[in-house]
Amino acid sequence: MTTITATPTRIVPAGERDLHNRTSVVQTVQNTLTMAYRGLVKIRRTPEQLIDVTVQPIIFTLMFAYIFGGAIAGGVQDYLPALIPGILVQTVITTSVVTGVQLREDMDKGVFDRFRSLPIARIAPLSGALLADTLRYAIATTITFVVGFLMGYHPAGGVGSIVLAGLLVIASAWAISWIFAFFGVIARTASSVQGISMLVLFPLTFLSNAYVPVDSLPGPLAWFASVNPISHLVTAVRELANNGVWGTDAWLSLLGAAVIVAIFAPLTVRAYMRKA
Amino acid sequence: MTTTSPATRVASGTLAVRAEGLVKTFGDNRAVDGVDLNVESGTVYGVLGPNGAGKTTTINMLATLMRPDGGRAEIFGHDVVREPNVVRQLIGVTGQFASVDETLSATENLVIFGRLLGLSRTDAKKKSVDLLERFGLTEAARRPLKKFSGGMRRRLDLAASLIAQPPLIFLDEPTTGLDPRTRGQMWDTIRELVASGSTVLLTTQYLDEADQLADRIAVIDHGRVVAEGTSDDLKASVGTSSLILRLADLADGADALRAIEQVLGVRATLSPEATRITAPMADADRVADLLITLREAGIHLTEMSVQKPTLDEVFLTITGAPATADADSEQKTEALA
Repeated sequence: MTTITATPTRIVPAGERDLHNRTSVVQTVQNTLTMAYRGLVKIRRTPEQLIDVTVQPIIFTLMFAYIFGGAIAGGVQDYLPALIPGILVQTVITTSVVTGVQLREDMDKGVFDRFRSLPIARIAPLSGALLADTLRYAIATTITFVVGFLMGYHPAGGVGSIVLAGLLVIASAWAISWIFAFFGVIARTASSVQGISMLVLFPLTFLSNAYVPVDSLPGPLAWFASVNPISHLVTAVRELANNGVWGTDAWLSLLGAAVIVAIFAPLTVRAYMRKA
Repeated sequence: MTTTSPATRVASGTLAVRAEGLVKTFGDNRAVDGVDLNVESGTVYGVLGPNGAGKTTTINMLATLMRPDGGRAEIFGHDVVREPNVVRQLIGVTGQFASVDETLSATENLVIFGRLLGLSRTDAKKKSVDLLERFGLTEAARRPLKKFSGGMRRRLDLAASLIAQPPLIFLDEPTTGLDPRTRGQMWDTIRELVASGSTVLLTTQYLDEADQLADRIAVIDHGRVVAEGTSDDLKASVGTSSLILRLADLADGADALRAIEQVLGVRATLSPEATRITAPMADADRVADLLITLREAGIHLTEMSVQKPTLDEVFLTITGAPATADADSEQKTEALA
């Protein structure tokens, strides 16, 4: 600070400032966008964060197709229309765990104290993080579809339906990320968030119709797989991508997503505000 | 929602900080146990105390980062619990640990904080360029913070607190862990802040730092303010510096003590190994007379130094117990050769 040259501008005294104790909706949106921008800059600075949404869909798609394809569908090509939607849902939903883990890491850092000392919308660091993560879901969705196409997957639904299927998965993952954000806010360490989340996700994604036909499962498992919301989402994506049909399962998936947000958004926000 | 109620406008001349009986407990530990503070606008106020005395907790409550369990606090007349967002518009906080984003560059950090504070993209960029230049960080602007030194990080942290040009700035141990040169630079910056109209509340473990910067000082220990006043008040209560002499010939001990009593009019003490004499130094001018007397008497010295009162002595005098932390041990030998 030997370099200080000009005298800093005169500071406006407290009494002459226009002060308000509430943050407006406009400011909340602006703050959220800025925090989302921060999330994107962080991704650009640490691209290794994107491994789970880039490398993972490629490896999973290749592995599952060539390992299970022959056994389940009698060939890789015949398995792809069932597999790609399943892999897509699993990958993107698994990605939403990162939201909770990163939120926990962020809240433990010194920079969070600064956010809390700024006159910004309290919710912005949370809402910004959730918003920035939709980019991760979009990347995972695109890569999974592209790998599928390269392997010879020709969905009959057409481009519009594929895009719609992708958006449905992204919206669902965003909804589910509220659950992990909740764990992120209440958990003590980032690794425990990762642990708890995987414990919930693994049974949920595998006990579904994502990889195998439900009727191949034993009784109780078949029942669980048929009511599992993940199964409905997978079915919805299959119908959209393969047949171009927006069916009951798509509506059910959207409803499920809405219910999750309705329950977990207030819970998360309340837990978060108590700490923020 | 953005309307200004009449209550949020304050007459100038209000205290920048007014805290009454602030209390914060963590389990059984009363970290802050009834702290009162009054800080006049446009001054530097030092909160002096060892580690664990409650300094950071006090700042956290004043800066709306923690909710007080008891008492009340106002920033420029705005209650920290009832009007937290107004208070946040009036303060800048620089914590003990850098509160900036490690993975981002200095510019990115400042731009994001600027945007959050409502600046447009262009203004935020301009502001960050200005601040980085002012704090001598321009060359490092694009580097990620992981490669920053401790001093650079502190400077960036302070720069981030100044984006909104808040009238009150909290500095929690701004120079702890900095080398003497960087510390001097930080002191200059703090003086400039006050010159531009800011009020600064800083915490420190160093009496010397409080002495250099603060108009008034509160000494805090075990969550309580144990002494408050100007630096002169505080020093008067602590006592004076001591003169330390090391003799070339141990046999001169008794003669040297006699000479000191004659010239300085105080009773000096001889260390057990009889090599070191410690005398309270009330009047620095007469030390020259003493040295001349010693030379004329043929008493040779190997070393002469002056020891300032240390934080330990402040505590000893004020609380009757040594300071609880070991952090001030590095202060003990601030000897002048």
